[in-house]
Amino acid sequence: MTALALSNFTLVTCLGAGRAATLAALRAGRSGLAPCRFDALPLDAYTGEVTGLATHELAGEWAKFDCRNNRIAAQALALDGFAASVAAAKARYGATRIGVFVGTSTSGILQTETAYRERDAAGWLPSGFDYAHTHNTYSLGRFVRGYLGLSGPAFAVSTACAATSKVFASAARMIAAGLCDAAIVGGVDTLCATTLFGFHALGVMAAGPCRPFDAARNGISIGEAAGFALIERPGPRLDPETVLLLGIGESSDAYHMSSPHPEGAGAARAMELALADAGLAPEEIDYINLHGTATLAGDAAEDCAIASLFGGAVPCSSSKGFTGHTLGASGIVGAVVGGLALQHGFMPGSPHTGRVDPEFRSNYLLEGRPAHINRVLSNTFGFGGVNCSLVLGRAA
Amino acid sequence: MMHAYVEGVGLYGPGLDGWARSAPVLAESENYALGPDILPASTLLPANERRRAPKMVKLALAVGAEAFASARRDPAGIAVVFASSGGDGETIHDILDTLASPQRELSPTKFHNSVHNAAAGYWGIATGSTAATTSLCCHDDSFAAGLLEVMAQITATGQPVALVAYDVPYPPPLSAARPIGAVFGTGLVLSPVATPASFARLEANLLPCAGAPTTAAPGFEALRQSTPAARSLPLLAAFAKGVAASMTLDYLTDMTLALDITPHEQL
Repeated sequence: MTALALSNFTLVTCLGAGRAATLAALRAGRSGLAPCRFDALPLDAYTGEVTGLATHELAGEWAKFDCRNNRIAAQALALDGFAASVAAAKARYGATRIGVFVGTSTSGILQTETAYRERDAAGWLPSGFDYAHTHNTYSLGRFVRGYLGLSGPAFAVSTACAATSKVFASAARMIAAGLCDAAIVGGVDTLCATTLFGFHALGVMAAGPCRPFDAARNGISIGEAAGFALIERPGPRLDPETVLLLGIGESSDAYHMSSPHPEGAGAARAMELALADAGLAPEEIDYINLHGTATLAGDAAEDCAIASLFGGAVPCSSSKGFTGHTLGASGIVGAVVGGLALQHGFMPGSPHTGRVDPEFRSNYLLEGRPAHINRVLSNTFGFGGVNCSLVLGRAA
Repeated sequence: MMHAYVEGVGLYGPGLDGWARSAPVLAESENYALGPDILPASTLLPANERRRAPKMVKLALAVGAEAFASARRDPAGIAVVFASSGGDGETIHDILDTLASPQRELSPTKFHNSVHNAAAGYWGIATGSTAATTSLCCHDDSFAAGLLEVMAQITATGQPVALVAYDVPYPPPLSAARPIGAVFGTGLVLSPVATPASFARLEANLLPCAGAPTTAAPGFEALRQSTPAARSLPLLAAFAKGVAASMTLDYLTDMTLALDITPHEQL
């Protein structure tokens, strides 16, 4: 692909609000996971909860969009000068030439969970319930597009835990096809009973904080996140620290709805395609941000896929021990962690992981360390066997 | 301007039992009366997956399979865009109902079936295709958004891409908050170049202005308005009639997706 610039990016997770808070936690190896306060689960689960959302109510013309998912989106859009970058892009290209391609898996379903508990005697939902502006998958896209005053092409991508990586692919194709000059990508997923109880039902929820790639890993911790990037064709004069999107690879497992292919064949294919799209050999990747959710099968399959392509050479780690598994937001979390690593010269470690599974062959980092790195690969894999890998690099 | 060639079509809707049988009904639209929902039997899925797959997945797979069969193409290796106006309402309802109950024990199968990309997951399992799929949503405008994504993929990659658009009505109480008229799905296989299977050229232009969508023939208009995936009906009718046509599709409040269809014999 023709490289695109991430002109600005921002992130809110349990690590904090914005790039600086995220960077400080990643460098310090400080996890944001804590015992789950969100809902009563029948086990000792940890979550990566973003605090303070209860007070970030959306008001005025945005009140109809008010739900946890859109609140955290509004919070992220106000950080890191992101809105100013979008305004500048609008001045350059015009509002109709900026697309909005955002991902989410559960959108504002938390509103509907509450509404179901408040059904009347005849079983109907409360009258104030607004499906289109909260629960519907496109609610996030409609909100972000309106909130930023954009009027270009838009939709929401909902491919489970790969959603906010896949949005980079849609946006890059839209720009290549001439439908827009720039795009807002990223997305949001927030805590809700559907995913907490759903993953518990699948038997993949960890007791205690998740431990990616650990020999004693026992499942995921769910987190929540909102992250966005503004992407566009690189201008003639680039700051060396500018993060570039160099390649994207997408594949399907064609294997099982919720279990990965045991040898990680689909994952390896996505990474191979991303490298080919970037025109890079495996040895030109300096760091890999793994999907690494800390399930037994998922981590083993990803390790297999990494080893088949990179052997034990390339340092890699999962950031799920920092943020928890932010589900549909994992792609933008991986992209922002990768972007910060490129800009600030470090590789993050893996809090809560004590001893790497001795069966694994990849070069897994337990501790973070400073390192000048030029290219990062970021992986996301989701239910339905959907796989997406991104290659990011420094401009110089 | 983007263009592609139409190779195959799939269609199931109320009284519309597959593209082959429905094309004459669409061409002679005055004879259409809203028939009962038709849920096609899925021939693609193995028996154990067929049992677990929700109605919406069966619909998506059936229209996708019919589109590829009429295009005389093997689905393996071809990218597919799945577009629906929301999640699988029946599965979501079951989950929400359980979560509102005292014991809150979810079915693991229902949970993995609840993802928006469930149809794409089953499609891969059924066809063995490891090609990329995208699953997207744009509420009422999901058909146009899906077609836009397909046309952008074809333009950017030079590869054939299929679209599968589908909606199933929500059960109560969600149906009151989100009414959807009927079970309706359509599949299109599109190629960047004319092929022996292709029968029409499709040109798409995204215009930065609001526009009134082209309506369907009177018998079909209620279906078009009530069911987001049925916003495809004017396009399908043009294919069925084999005539040149220009039309606009609903896409957001401030954009228009303009389409021009030219049958091969008129190219």
